[in-house]
Amino acid sequence: MLTIRNLHVSVEGRGILKGLTLEVRPGEVHALMGPNGAGKSTLAAVLAGREGYEVTEGEILFEGQNLLELSPEERSHAGIFLAFQYPVEIPGVSMIQFLRAALNAHRAAKGLDPLDTAELMALLKEKAALLKLDPAFLSRSVNEGFSGGERKRAEIFQMAVLGPKLCILDETDSGLDIDALKVVSEAVNALRSPARSFLIITHYYRILQHIRPDVVHILADGRIVRSGGAELAVELEEKGYEPLLAAV
Amino acid sequence: MQPTQDEVLTQHLTREYEWGFEADLDQEYAPKGLSEEIIEYIWAKKKEPPFMLDFRMRAYRAWRDMKEPHWLNGHYAPIDYQDAYYYAAPKSVAENRPKSLEEVDPEIRRIFDRLGIPLEEQEILAGVAVDAVLDSVSVATTYKERLAKMGIIFCAMSEALENYPDLVKKYLGTVVPYNDNFFAALNSAVFSDGSFVYVPKGVRCPLELSTYFRINARKTGQFERTLIIADEGAYVSYLEGCTAPRRSEHQLHAAVVELVALSGSYIKYSTVQNWYPGDTEGKGGVYNFVTKRGIAYERAKISWTQVETGSAITWKYPSVILKGDDSVGEFYSVAVTNNYQQADTGTKMIHIGKNTRSRIVSKGISAGKSNNTYRGLVQVLSNAENARNFSQCDSLLIGSACGAHTFPYVEVKNPTAVVEHEATTSKIGEDILFYCNQRGIPTQEAVELIINGYCQEVLAHLPLEFAVEARKLLAISLEGSVG
Repeated sequence: MLTIRNLHVSVEGRGILKGLTLEVRPGEVHALMGPNGAGKSTLAAVLAGREGYEVTEGEILFEGQNLLELSPEERSHAGIFLAFQYPVEIPGVSMIQFLRAALNAHRAAKGLDPLDTAELMALLKEKAALLKLDPAFLSRSVNEGFSGGERKRAEIFQMAVLGPKLCILDETDSGLDIDALKVVSEAVNALRSPARSFLIITHYYRILQHIRPDVVHILADGRIVRSGGAELAVELEEKGYEPLLAAV
Repeated sequence: MQPTQDEVLTQHLTREYEWGFEADLDQEYAPKGLSEEIIEYIWAKKKEPPFMLDFRMRAYRAWRDMKEPHWLNGHYAPIDYQDAYYYAAPKSVAENRPKSLEEVDPEIRRIFDRLGIPLEEQEILAGVAVDAVLDSVSVATTYKERLAKMGIIFCAMSEALENYPDLVKKYLGTVVPYNDNFFAALNSAVFSDGSFVYVPKGVRCPLELSTYFRINARKTGQFERTLIIADEGAYVSYLEGCTAPRRSEHQLHAAVVELVALSGSYIKYSTVQNWYPGDTEGKGGVYNFVTKRGIAYERAKISWTQVETGSAITWKYPSVILKGDDSVGEFYSVAVTNNYQQADTGTKMIHIGKNTRSRIVSKGISAGKSNNTYRGLVQVLSNAENARNFSQCDSLLIGSACGAHTFPYVEVKNPTAVVEHEATTSKIGEDILFYCNQRGIPTQEAVELIINGYCQEVLAHLPLEFAVEARKLLAISLEGSVG
């Protein structure tokens, strides 16, 4: 589904990713771990097409298509979803209005007519229930006045609504208390399917106890230095990064 | 390659004014310029009652001795008032006022059709009665009969002067005196038409009353005069919409609106203003110098809502004199400026009565090289016990060449007053656009969404059917204009 080969990325002339290679197949859950400054969030930003990240070498293919040629919204339409580390507020725009615009943009890209209000509301309510969100939440402005935990939950809610192929979770677990982490993890597990892949960027083993990854990667200094099964996360949890990185 | 944000920006900023067509009507003009003779000509041409000649003449003499104000935060070259026509009317109307829609000149009706308000449709569309003003003569008034049954008068000012001279005489100039300011004096001297509304005691007007103004003739100023009276306990909601053809020279628009809200009444006045703003280089466009004021007696309420997207220069401060105890004044405003537009707008809330309350919500949006100024005055006089005011002035900047300014003046002469003011300035950031893009929403649509969200608090006060139009206008003025 996602193939990254020898990816080099600079931000303001400074190299952040230095030859990253990664293959994510349909249905797989990959965890990407690593110390601060390793380039984890840079990878998420580059995949989503954020401005200001210069790809100097390498390629990214998404379902065989050159991802770097697509605009951020085209990537979204193609099925890439990024759950933001710091979701922004959109004052005065309700979650309903926002997701109506998003869903209809996705539908337009597929040549489909816009959803009618009844269909839209049915879908939103169903997915809100999955995240144990009060339906009143739908009428609130996007992320406005939300706590950190609510924002993260709202990100996964949006993911559930848009039904992407590749879900990138950028430190979604940071700032979640135990209960919220459980709700989010259960929702993610409910969304797992043979056709949907996940890239979970995290600092902590905690979330991986709830969402069991197929592959764990350790990113350091812009490259993946080690990959393994779920047991690699356990090892990391026990020993910390230092011995693992020293062994590279 | 995808268009960059800058390209999208440029594309939308250079979108042309869609209403810039001009109809070829046979016009009847007064001689150019302004003099006592012209004032008499207008008065005679309109066959007005004698008190009007006195009113106009006093106003003209006051105006002659006044100086054109240039204190606003913006600049414009002095206007040559002798190089303009002060009376222009389509001949077919001037010679023979239409008695019904069928009699309206097809060309005039075509203009309104192109504005998107076919009168027939307006008649059918429940809830909207339109008094259409083309240049100086009101061409058609719909729904008059239904309203008349309830005792509501909704007609052209010239008709009101003909049929209800005593009512007009009693209230005209009582809220905005003939010598109030330079442009109000000019209007009082030469106004040719406008709308008149009277809602009797205890009557709730069941329709949104609506006037569409349009400047058509070349080199004519438009000076409408609107007078709305809500008698005790009455309610009326009034909407004014404006467009003007695209011209390279500037056009002057100096209107006066007076609202009289008697005890326990409620007047809601909404404006969607889309006068031609000038081209991307600042050429042409309407100078909109308007005086709007209401007086609220005991327990009365006046609410102004405005969406200002047009005009080269806007100079406008819809105000409320809170004369009666427990009266309420509100001002909700969205002002958008783009290219070289200049807007200096805001409100005055003058608290005279006890327990008077006012609320001001102003949302300024500036793009291009424009300047957007909020200028507001909250005045609490010494007898106004327990007066309350809340003001919120937000500015949204798009790009780095525009300006936003806030001048909130507060004068409090009673220690029991509570006056609160909040102000914010923000930009549409790259992060919020990227967030929308990531969810699949293209940039231009995202900006529309963000702007609508930003203005939501104001748009929510517009009658529903006009909120839709306002959203469309906002989108056209600004969508995608983000750099």
